[in-house]
This record gives sequence, C-alpha cells and structure tokens, in this order.
Amino acid sequence: MIKIEQFLQQVFNGITLGSIYALVALGYTMVYGIIKLINFAHGGIYMIGAYVGYFCMTFLKIGFFPSLLSAMTICTLLGVTIEKIAYKPLRNATRIAALITAIGVSLFIEYGTMFFVKADVRSYPALTGLLAQKFAVGGFNVSMLQVLILVITVALMFLLQITVKKTRIGKAMRAVSLDKDAAELMGINVNSTITFTFAIGSALAGAAGVLVGIYYTSINPLMGTMPGLKAFIAAVFGGIGLIPGAMIGGYFIGMVEVMVSGYGNSMYRDAVVFGILILVLIVKPAGLLGKNTREKV
Amino acid sequence: MLEIKDLYVHFGVINAIKGISLKVNDGNIVTLIGANGAGKTTTLRTASGLKKPASGQILLDDEDITHTSAQYRVQRGISHAPEGRRVFPTMTVLENLELGAFLRKDKQGIKADLKRVYELFPRLHERRRQSAGTLSGGEQQMLAIGRALMSRPRILFLDEPSMGLAPLLVQEIFRIIRDINSTGTTILLIEQNASMALQIADYAYVMETGSIVISGSGAELMQSEDIKKAYLGG
Repeated sequence: MIKIEQFLQQVFNGITLGSIYALVALGYTMVYGIIKLINFAHGGIYMIGAYVGYFCMTFLKIGFFPSLLSAMTICTLLGVTIEKIAYKPLRNATRIAALITAIGVSLFIEYGTMFFVKADVRSYPALTGLLAQKFAVGGFNVSMLQVLILVITVALMFLLQITVKKTRIGKAMRAVSLDKDAAELMGINVNSTITFTFAIGSALAGAAGVLVGIYYTSINPLMGTMPGLKAFIAAVFGGIGLIPGAMIGGYFIGMVEVMVSGYGNSMYRDAVVFGILILVLIVKPAGLLGKNTREKV
Repeated sequence: MLEIKDLYVHFGVINAIKGISLKVNDGNIVTLIGANGAGKTTTLRTASGLKKPASGQILLDDEDITHTSAQYRVQRGISHAPEGRRVFPTMTVLENLELGAFLRKDKQGIKADLKRVYELFPRLHERRRQSAGTLSGGEQQMLAIGRALMSRPRILFLDEPSMGLAPLLVQEIFRIIRDINSTGTTILLIEQNASMALQIADYAYVMETGSIVISGSGAELMQSEDIKKAYLGG
C-alpha cells in the first residue's frame, strides 16, 4: 500500500531533482531559441560548474554561496568562449555542422577535464551548520539542502524572467530569437545578444552543477552526459525554445524519474525518460507549450 | 541624400545585382519597380546592411556606409520595413513598436512618436495589447511601417507595402506613405503595383535582372510606352 507520507517524500525529492534539470534545460532552450542549435556542450558546462564549486569549497574554503557565484562566473566565461571559438564561425553554416561541432566541444570539455582532474569520483564537501539540518514536516523528512536547492532555483528563474521580460537586453533576446533580420533592422546587435544568451544559460548550468554536487555529494568528469541529455528531453517536452516550457519540462522529468525509482524499478528510470522523448516526438513534436504558427497573407 | 554607386551583390556564384547606381534626394519619394527576382529587395537589404555587397559604394549624406553595421545605419537615420512585414509575432503590438525605438534614449520623443504612429494607424492603438501574430495582413503591414517609424528615420525603406492587401487597403497605405513623406521623411519604395508607385513617386527606377534599365520622374515613366506595356498592363 502506498503511504501518503512516503508519496509526499517522493514528490519533494522529485521537485529537488526537477529543479536541477530545469536549470540545465533553460540553457538548452534559450540557446536553441536564439540560434536553433542543440548545444550538446551544455552538460559539460554543468560538470565544470560542479568542479569549480568543489575546488572553491574544498581548497579555497570560501563557503557555499561564494563558491556558487564563482562557479556561475567561470561557467559564464566558458560558455561565452565556446560560443566565440566554436559556434560563431559557423553562424551561416548548416545546422548539422554546428550540431556536430557541439558534440565535439562536449567531448573536448569532458575528456579535457578528465586529463586535468583525473577520472576519479570526488566527494563534495559536506555542508555544515544550518544548511546541514534536517527537519520533519508531518510524516516526512525535508533537508535544509533540498529547501536551499528549491529556493535558489526559484530565485534564479525569477531573475531570468525579469531579465527576459523587462530589460532591454531581454527584449533584444526575444526579438533575435523570433527574427534575426528584423531584429537587426531595429538596430539590435545580434552577435552580442547571442553571446549574452550563452552567458546566461551557462551561468544557470554552473549553478545547477554546484547544486547537484551538494545534493548527490559525488562528481566526476562524465557526470554531465546523462543529466545533459535529460535536461534536453525536458526542454523538448516543454517545447524547445520556450523558457516556461523548460521549467515545466525540468520538473516533470525530475518527478517522473523519482516516481519510477520509488514505485517502479530504478533500473527503468532512464528508459522511461527516453521513452517520453520518443512519445513527445511522435505525438507533439512542438512540445507541451509549443504551437505551430502559420504565416499570414 | 542616399546614393548607391556601381553596386554589385552576389549570392554564391549568382550575380543578383550587377552594378546599379541610384540617388534618393532628401524629401523625395523614390520608387524602385520591376518584376519578381529583378533584385529590388536585395538592393534594399544591401542598403540597410543586412547583405554585404561584393563591390560598390553606399553613401548617406556623402558618408561612406558601405561596410558599416545595420545597427549603425539605423542610428544614422535609415529605417527599413522589410518584405513580408516581419513583425515579431508573439510580441504585442506595443512591444513591436517599442522595439522600433530600440536605439533611442529620449523617452519623451519616443512617447511622442508612439502617439504619432497611433494617429496614423488608429487600428494599432485599438490592438496595442494584442500579439502581432493575431493581426490581419493589412494590420501587420501597418505595424511594420509604424515600427519602422519609431526610430524616427530620415529615410524610410518600404519593401512591397501593398503586397497581398485588398484594393481599398492599398489606397489607404499609399495615402499614409504620402502623409509620412509630407512630414519630411524621405522614402525609398519598392513596389510591384507600378501604377500606384509611379503616381506618388518624385523619381523612379526600373530594374530588370539585376540592372537598372530606365529611370525618370514618376510622371515621365507613366507616359513611357515601354513601361505601359511591361508594367502598367496597357
């Protein structure tokens, strides 16, 4: 029999995992929205974020929040550099050329990192003080850590929404993603807008990397591959190119994964998630929030 | 004054524009007419910086802007309402218009121009909170022109503003083009509706497969037998 406490516990775990997927999915969806590229290097950036956080906390001992900010900053620089070196020269090339490049960049980051930090799994430093607390609500346990992950994710999403909806650069991003030529005719600098999009997406992936590090406590250079793919599925599920879609998709995929592990068989976790991708692509390729727009005459 | 000198534009190995020269004097309406594929749109896209020319010069008030960005040209007073309207479909009418003023900082001036656009096109005011993709073709055309006006241009490029519109609406659009011109905005107009374009044009150029074949005042060209046969259905 399914107990309600146990179910709520799983829901909360699903929300935590979903937060991480959503943060990564946002970067995928924003970059896709603006240059129609599935940036497969995104999972690598997430992994680098986890490592930067690890080094900051373990060796520099600068505490959680400064480490989170450092990881986001370094990932921003990394994302912008990748865009400049690998993708910008291919701006007018075929989409498949850029996609293959993205896979190349992804492998380069993963195995490049492995060269420097070795392939070993490393343990994230445990949080101390208030952040290490656990408390019981009703019949189930909530850790401060999970609350922290949720709060940080929601805060970042809120900031993102404000940026995209209210600021000048956000309006430029939306315009460029809708129509590059028309945006250029408005006087928008398309290249710097694309760079900015990579910067934001990479910062979010960096944050996700640190959060996953403190949540699962172990990291390795290939840790970005699977969550990268799942975040991509989350973005497709919600409707690729749509920011709210990535948020919904992230939480949905996180929830499905936790529920399959909790009530089914954790061996089927990945199969179910990839099954969802296949289903979405067959039934509604534009995703949950996507719609097919027709041209007016 | 906008001047194009001996401009060549290639698409790969295809020469789309083969050495054209034209002048648009301040305060004039100048039209570029010709059949589909003659290179009219490419000429305009090159002049506004969306397409790089292979050779030749583009001068705005004697300043060589051939190798400048589209952004710079907007700053210098060029505005372009492109072929097919190209409004931002998921943004509201108001957001579209605001984007037209993207490079401007003068809040008061933007407000005044927004009011002016709403006076020119009362429909846009009615639908200001509606997303642009839900507008009819004619309304989208009005929005494209209104958006282009929001940068307060000295010279406005209009690419086929009458395309796909009902005859009554075409009349309306042409009346508005005249209106805009009467307030001092220079206009470079591309049209397939040659008779309408020639009626309002101070000067006209006729393009055929990448070259200018005839030019003259609007009135002159309307009298020309060749033009009548080829473009005016007479």
